[in-house]
Amino acid sequence: MNKPKFVYVIYVASTPEKVFEALTSEKLTAQYCFGYALQSDWKVGSRFTSTKDGGAPVDHGVVLEIDPPRRLVYSWAPQYEAFKDERPSRVTFNLVPFKGQVQLTIVHDDFDERSKAFESISGGWPRVLSSLKSFLETGKGLDPSWTEGDLKKIHELECAKV
Amino acid sequence: MTDIARFKPKTVYVTYIAATPENVWQGLTDPAFTKQYFGGFAVDVEPRTGGVFRMLYPDGRTHIRGEVVDWSPPRRFSCTWVVEGMPEFAELPACLVTYDIEPAGEAVRLTMTEAHSWDIPEAILSGGRQGWPAILSSFKSLLEIGNPLSIKMEPPKEMLEAVKALKK
Repeated sequence: MNKPKFVYVIYVASTPEKVFEALTSEKLTAQYCFGYALQSDWKVGSRFTSTKDGGAPVDHGVVLEIDPPRRLVYSWAPQYEAFKDERPSRVTFNLVPFKGQVQLTIVHDDFDERSKAFESISGGWPRVLSSLKSFLETGKGLDPSWTEGDLKKIHELECAKV
Repeated sequence: MTDIARFKPKTVYVTYIAATPENVWQGLTDPAFTKQYFGGFAVDVEPRTGGVFRMLYPDGRTHIRGEVVDWSPPRRFSCTWVVEGMPEFAELPACLVTYDIEPAGEAVRLTMTEAHSWDIPEAILSGGRQGWPAILSSFKSLLEIGNPLSIKMEPPKEMLEAVKALKK
């Protein structure tokens, strides 16, 4: 059985510098990431956390590689109870400029074979990166765009939290 | 009629667009839109299940030909697809391309599923895997800011080689 690996590519009418800033800025992530903000000093080996409305971190991880504005790699350990037993996975962003646009590729891998977190991130990244694109192109991220099925899943996750 | 049970999903791309399902439907089925984000090709579709679906070059020649398998505005548009306009691809079995449009909060979730009826090599799938993100990123920009992106698209080398290898 292959280990789960999520790959997603999106093109954004922006510069690599702006996309990189959007991926790493506390202020900007809060604007397109449905209220979740990333905090870190973004040095290799440093920890980052993701919090919502100043609450306890919902995710955290460690910066593994950073080469602005081309590449960012971090480990990712979600704190939801449903995934808490899983070891951290790995998120890699690569940014390639092209004619005033950026090809942004995310690879999220290094999961265990039956990872539940994998299912969650496979639905989550398209939403987050669609919102990032809208935010950089229109100045406005997407509203939390949950469908009924999504809301049910989110509710289950929230209920599973300690 | 096409037996869609034979087709297995191989590539799925999901994007969220700040638009209505009706806008997204129009963007997928109106040539004035597709010309702007879909490599310059104009869609030409008979608006009914079982109708003819084509994507046309600017000079009117057929690039892609297929059959509408599901015409359910503004929720689902599905058609078979043969790249008739490129001799190297014209003899490949038809694939099935399905767009699902769902309201998601104030936005729309658009899911593109490319399905195949045969044991298609990964290298041939690379064409769609490179093309769909570019096409649908450009589509999202067109609907949200009024301008498409300008991404040059051509079949990846590995895809062309894999198709050639099939004929040997």
